[in-house]
Amino acid sequence: MVVLLLKLFWTFFLIGLFGFGGGYAMISMIQTEVVTHQHWMTMGQFTDIVAVSQSTPGPIGINSATYVGYTAIVNAGYDPLWGILGSFIATFSVVFPSFVLMLIISKFLMKYKTHSAVENTFQGLRPAVVGLLAAAALLLMNEENFGNISETPWQFWISIGLFSFALIAHRIYKTNPIAIILLCGLTGMLLF
Amino acid sequence: MFDLFRTFLQIGLFTIGGGYAMIPLIEQKVVDEKHWVDHDELVDLIAVAQSCPGIFAVNISIFIGYKQRGVWGAFLSTLGACLPSFLIILLIAFAFMQFRENPWVEKFFKGLRPAVVALIASPVFRMAKSSHINRYNIWIPILSAFAIWLIGVSPIYIILIAGISGYAYGQYLKD
Repeated sequence: MVVLLLKLFWTFFLIGLFGFGGGYAMISMIQTEVVTHQHWMTMGQFTDIVAVSQSTPGPIGINSATYVGYTAIVNAGYDPLWGILGSFIATFSVVFPSFVLMLIISKFLMKYKTHSAVENTFQGLRPAVVGLLAAAALLLMNEENFGNISETPWQFWISIGLFSFALIAHRIYKTNPIAIILLCGLTGMLLF
Repeated sequence: MFDLFRTFLQIGLFTIGGGYAMIPLIEQKVVDEKHWVDHDELVDLIAVAQSCPGIFAVNISIFIGYKQRGVWGAFLSTLGACLPSFLIILLIAFAFMQFRENPWVEKFFKGLRPAVVALIASPVFRMAKSSHINRYNIWIPILSAFAIWLIGVSPIYIILIAGISGYAYGQYLKD
């Protein structure tokens, strides 16, 4: 229990410290650490967490940290009440590094922004963050989320349809993400 | 001081869809109503909050809280911005435990999973444009994505390597 809580703290501390590029880029980090490295949950469970985090109020990073902290504890077989502690630790540790950093930067705000060393660093960071985002999407395109083309072809092709619909609706028609999520969920209820 | 907590509580509670969706509400509350910062300051602040690690909206709340009331102000604004998320998610997590086995809930989540993947894929193109990806640097995102996707490299290392290389390239190699 204590080991798991310490691991949660350390994992989310690192995610908070290196989480450049906003909520979605952060999701790529949470995913790699929590699913691939620590095996705290399956890719499917993680996708559900992202869905809930996207459709509830508040920043996606905070929402998913809270939910992941809870799920990791409960999945390990502990009482859901301990899950609250897991939530708290994950949320606290993801905010803590930026809290300290922002306080420091607040003092030197303008000086920092145009400093060439900082600018050069970001010249390298920005393209990499795009890669992070792409990796998050690629990792989620798996059997658990889309089904298997030969074993469950019905689910597979409908999933492909829902994916294309969501991508077009969001990219081209700028449809509200919550509306997209709800619509696809309801379609799933009807068709699966 | 309590005003800071309350304002960011409202911002945390009434914005859905993450960081960038919060900007209009932050602008309305913090600039137009409370006059804690002016428009130009907010634009600079957005740029700084974006380039810092961590959660965008939280970074903004930390800065404004600090500017108004020092460290305690920063603490209370952050608490305000995070508290709604924390409570709402816990409630959902508890409820979801009860309904997880329900076949309708299962089907609902099966249907929305592909949409979530699409919503994560969608900003890749927009971000590629705003990060000035061109044919000279497009190998950076592609290489990073493949390293994470196929080899399982931690994104933390990618961020570290990219930042250090960008710094070294700009300081020592360019012209």
